[in-house]
Amino acid sequence: MKRLGLISAAAMFASGAAMADELSVVCSAEQDWCDLMVAAFEAENPDIDVLMVRKSTGETLAQVRAEAGNPKIDVWWGGTGDPHLIAAEEGLSQSSDVDTSELLGWAQNMAQISDGRTVGIYAGALGIAYNADILSEKGIAPPECWGDLEDPRFVGEIQVANPNSSGTAYTELATFVQLFGEDEAMTKLAAVGQNVNSYTKSGSAPSKAAARGETGVSIGFMHDMVKLASQGFPLKIVAPCEGTGYEVGAVSIIEGARNFEGAKKWVEFSLRADIQSRAPEVGAFQVPSNSNAQVAPESPDLASIKLIDYDFATYGSSETRERLLARWDAEVGDPNPEQ
Amino acid sequence: MKKTVLIWLAIGLASFALLPWHMTDDGLLDFKWISDGVASTGLLSTLAGQWWLAPVGFALVGALIVQLAVSEPVSRARWTLGIAGAGLAAIALQGLIIVRAGPRVLESLFAGEMVTAGQPGMGAGAGLCALALLFAATISVSQSGKGQGDAFVISTIGLIVALVAIFVFFPVVHILVRAFEVDGGYSLSEFFPRFFSSDIWGLGCLYGQRSCGVGINSLFLAIMTGAGTTLLGLSFALIFTRTDFRAKKLLRVLTVLPIITPPFVIGLALILLFGRAGTVTEFFADLFGWEQTRWLYGFWGIYFAQLLSFTPIAFLVLIGVVQGVSPSMEEASQTLDADRWQTFRYVSLPLMRPGLANAFLLGFIESLADFGNPLVLGSGYNVLSTDIYFAIVGAVADPAKAAILAIALLTLTLSAFMAQRIWLGKKSYATITGKADSGQNAALNPVLKWVCYGTALPWAALTVIVYSMIIFGSFVKLWGYDHSFTWDHYIRAFGIDFTSGRLSGVAWDSYFTTLTISSVAAPLTALVGLSTAYLLVRQKFVGKDAFEFSTMLSFAIPGTVIGVSYIMAFNFPPIELTGTSIILIIVFVFRNMPVGVRGGIAAMSQLDKSLDEASITLGANSFTTVRRVILPLMGPAILAALTYSFVRAITSVSAVIFLVSAKHNMATSFIVGRVENGEFGLAIAYSAVLIITMLAAILLLQLLVGTRRLRRSDRVQQVAKVA
Repeated sequence: MKRLGLISAAAMFASGAAMADELSVVCSAEQDWCDLMVAAFEAENPDIDVLMVRKSTGETLAQVRAEAGNPKIDVWWGGTGDPHLIAAEEGLSQSSDVDTSELLGWAQNMAQISDGRTVGIYAGALGIAYNADILSEKGIAPPECWGDLEDPRFVGEIQVANPNSSGTAYTELATFVQLFGEDEAMTKLAAVGQNVNSYTKSGSAPSKAAARGETGVSIGFMHDMVKLASQGFPLKIVAPCEGTGYEVGAVSIIEGARNFEGAKKWVEFSLRADIQSRAPEVGAFQVPSNSNAQVAPESPDLASIKLIDYDFATYGSSETRERLLARWDAEVGDPNPEQ
Repeated sequence: MKKTVLIWLAIGLASFALLPWHMTDDGLLDFKWISDGVASTGLLSTLAGQWWLAPVGFALVGALIVQLAVSEPVSRARWTLGIAGAGLAAIALQGLIIVRAGPRVLESLFAGEMVTAGQPGMGAGAGLCALALLFAATISVSQSGKGQGDAFVISTIGLIVALVAIFVFFPVVHILVRAFEVDGGYSLSEFFPRFFSSDIWGLGCLYGQRSCGVGINSLFLAIMTGAGTTLLGLSFALIFTRTDFRAKKLLRVLTVLPIITPPFVIGLALILLFGRAGTVTEFFADLFGWEQTRWLYGFWGIYFAQLLSFTPIAFLVLIGVVQGVSPSMEEASQTLDADRWQTFRYVSLPLMRPGLANAFLLGFIESLADFGNPLVLGSGYNVLSTDIYFAIVGAVADPAKAAILAIALLTLTLSAFMAQRIWLGKKSYATITGKADSGQNAALNPVLKWVCYGTALPWAALTVIVYSMIIFGSFVKLWGYDHSFTWDHYIRAFGIDFTSGRLSGVAWDSYFTTLTISSVAAPLTALVGLSTAYLLVRQKFVGKDAFEFSTMLSFAIPGTVIGVSYIMAFNFPPIELTGTSIILIIVFVFRNMPVGVRGGIAAMSQLDKSLDEASITLGANSFTTVRRVILPLMGPAILAALTYSFVRAITSVSAVIFLVSAKHNMATSFIVGRVENGEFGLAIAYSAVLIITMLAAILLLQLLVGTRRLRRSDRVQQVAKVA
C-alpha cells in the first residue's frame, strides 16, 4: 500500500514488479477503518501485498457487475448488506466456507440466506437524530418515536434519503413495513413526507445536514450520528420507541477472484474478535458481529434498543424491493417542496 | 512519400516479428517476455499455432512487395490501400472474435485447441502493427490523388478517427445498446415510450403541478448556465483587453481558481455561507429579521454554483478570441465616424461570434454533465446527470434507464451543437492576417465598461469570499462549529516522518498518482484536441460534420456513463486496460479533448487562411505550415488546452470513480471518500494543497508556452482624459 516508489515510465507499463502475492480489496466502510484493516492484515501476512481502494457499495456493485467474468477485485469488505446479498443472488460472489460459529445470530443469518457467499461483519441500527440547537431555538419538542415525526410541529424540518437511490432509506422503508404492516407503513410515511424538506440522494447526507443545522431532524444509521456527535456537532440521537430496523455490513469474495486463498484469509481475519474490537480506534461505532469482540462504550447499545426481527431474506430480494419502491413512488413520492 | 510508406511498413514488420503481440503479465519494459519461453511476438505466436494472426503478417509483407514491385504510382497506392485495409480489418476481427475464453462467434470456423484456449488483450506489437498499417493506408489514400494529395492531413484524420472510434464509440456503444434491451433481446418499440415518457420531458411545472421532467430541468439549467457564464466570461475578457482596470493580475487568478477546485468544495462552501444555518444567511436574518430559508437547495443553488464553477471556462475561450479581434477593423470603424458603442456593437461583437458560440456551447454541456453541484445542492431539483448516476449505483440498479437518460442527454447536446452551427453560419471571422496590423483596440464605451465591472466584480468578490472560507476551513478544527486553529488536517494528509524519512501522510499516494497521470494526459489532450481543431477549420473532407460531432461526444456524456462503459469495453480482450493507469490517461484525453477542440477552433477561425496559403506557396508542406506558422499563433489556445486538461484530470470525479484501482487511486476519489465520511477538514486541506499545486503548474505552463506576439503595440487605446 505505502509503496511510494518513483512512478516512472517503466511503472506505467509494468503491472508492478514481481510482488509476492497481491490481494485486491474494495472497501466500502469508512476510509480510516479501511486503512486500519489493511495495515493490520499486512502486519500479520507480510507475504501478501494488499491493494485496497475505497468505493461506495453502489459503485462497487456496478463495477463488479461490469467486470463479471474477468474480475479485478478479490474481496469486497464493508458496506451495507443489501448490495452484498444482491451480488450473491446474481452469482457475482462465491462461498468462502469460513467458520461462522463465533458470530452473532444476525451475522450467521446473512451467511445462511446467501449460501455462505456473504458474511455479516457489523450491525448498525436505524435511528432519528436532531440538532439540539435548532430545535430549542424554535421551541420544538424533540421526537421520541417514529410516530412523532408525523406531527405538524416538524413541518419542513425533517430530512431523509430517497429509497430509490439510498440503501439507508430503503432500510427505513422496510422497517416501517415490518413495524406497521405494508398499508399503514405507506400512510405513515406519506404523513412524515408532509414534514420532509427534501429527499436526499445519499443516505448519510441527512444526518450531516442535521449536524450543521441545515435541517432540524434526520433519519439514518445511528453509528454515523454517533460519529458526527463525537466530532462536536450538537446532534442528539433517538432510538425510536416503536422499535427499529438495522443494517448488517458484510464481506464477500468475488466470483472468479484471482487470489482466492488470500481472499479467504482476509475474510477469516476480518471476522476475528481481536480485529473487530479495534474498529472504535478509528471512530467506527458499528456493533461487531463476533460475539467475543468488545463493543465501544459510545456504540449504540443494541441490547437497550428495541430491535425488530429484520427479515433480510424477504426485504433484500429484488422482487419485494421493486414492489415496495413502486408503492413508495405512488403513495409517498417526492413532493419537491422547493419548486 | 514512397519512402514514408516503406518506413512504416518496416516498423510494422519489425514489431510483428520482435515485439510481444499480446499484453504481457509483467509489462513491456520488464523484459521477462523475451526469456520466459512462451511464444510472444506476432510471428512466433503464429508459428506456435495462433494462425489467426497470420493475415496481419501477410498484409505487411504484401504491402511491402507492392511498394517495391509496382512502379505505376496510382495503382501502387490503390493496391497498398487495399492490402493495408484488409490487414487492419484482420486485426480488429481476430481481436473481437477470439477473447480470453476462446471464440465468441463462429465457433465452427474457429475450432481447435489453440483457439479455444483464447488470447489475452492486445499489446505493443498489435498496437504498432495497426498503426503501421493505418499510416500505410492513409498515405496511400493521399497518393491515389484524394484529399489534395496531402499525406500529413489524411494521416492525421485517419489516426484521430481511429482513436475516437476505439476510445469513444466502442465503449459508448456498449452502454447505449442497453437502452434497447428487453428481456435478453432488443426492441425498438419498448424504447420510444420510455424515451418520451413524462418523467423525462414532462412540463408539469409550467402548469403548477409538482415538477417537470428531468430532461426539461437539465435543459433549463443548461441554457441559463450557458448564457450566464458566457456573459460573465465576456465581461471578464473585455475588462482584460479593453479597459485599464488596475487589478488585472488578481482578477486573472480569480478566474482560474474555480476550475482548479476539486468538486464538492464549492458546494460545501456555499452551504456554509448561504445555507439555512450559513454565515451570510444568519447575518441577514439577524439584521432584517428574515426567516432563514433553504433557498440554496434546488435550482438557484445549482445555478449559483455552476456560475461560479464554469465562468472561467467561458473566459478561457473568450479571452483568446477577444484579444484576436483585429484593431484595424475597430480603427476603420472609428475612422468612419462610429462611436465606441457602435464599434463594439457592429464590429467587435460580431467578430467575437465564434468565441461566444463556443463559450455558450461549453457552458451548456458542462452544466448538463455537471455532477458534483447537483448532488450537493440539488435537493428536489433532479437533473439527468445525477439521475443517471443513481440509475447505475442506486438501490435499484437499472442500466436500461441510465442508457435512456444518457440518450436524452446526448439529444440535448446534439441540438445545442446544431443550433450553434446554424447561428455561426458560413461567415468568415478571420481577423489575424499576415498583413501589417499595428493598430490599437478601441476602449469600451463608459456605459459598457461599467456594465462589465458591475457584473464581473461582484462575481470576483464572491469568489474571494468562497476561497477565503476554504482556506479558513482547512485550518480550523470543525468548520462551522469549532474555530480553534489547528495544523492537524495538513499533518494527517501530508505528514512526513523526518526520523525515518517516510511520507506518513495518508494523501501522498493518491497525490503523486494524480500528478503523474495528469501531467501525462495534459500534453496528449492538447495534441489530439488541437490537431482535431486544425483539421476541422483548415481542411475539407467528407463527413466533417459527423467527425466534429463525434469529437464532442465523450464530453457530452456524463462521466458516470463513460466510467461504466469503459469498464464494460476495456475489461476484456481485445483491449484490456482496467486496473491500469493507462485507462485513466485515456479517459482524460478523450473526455477533455473537446475543450482543446473548441478553443482551437475559436482561435484558428481568426487566423486568416492566407497565412497558410502563403506558407504552402513558398513550398512548405502542411506539417511545416502547422509547426512554423499556425502553432506560434496558437499560444493562448495551446495554453488553454494544456491548462484545462491538466486541471480537469485532477478535479474530475464521476468518470474516475469507477476506473480508479488500488494501485492508481486519484485525489478526487480520495476526497469524495473523506467528504462522505464527514471529514471535511481533511478533505478541504487536501483540496487546498491541490489548488496551490495547480496554480503553480499553471504559472509554470504560462512561462513555458509564453504569450503570442501579434506585433501590435499597446493593446488598449488610451482614452484621452477629458477635463
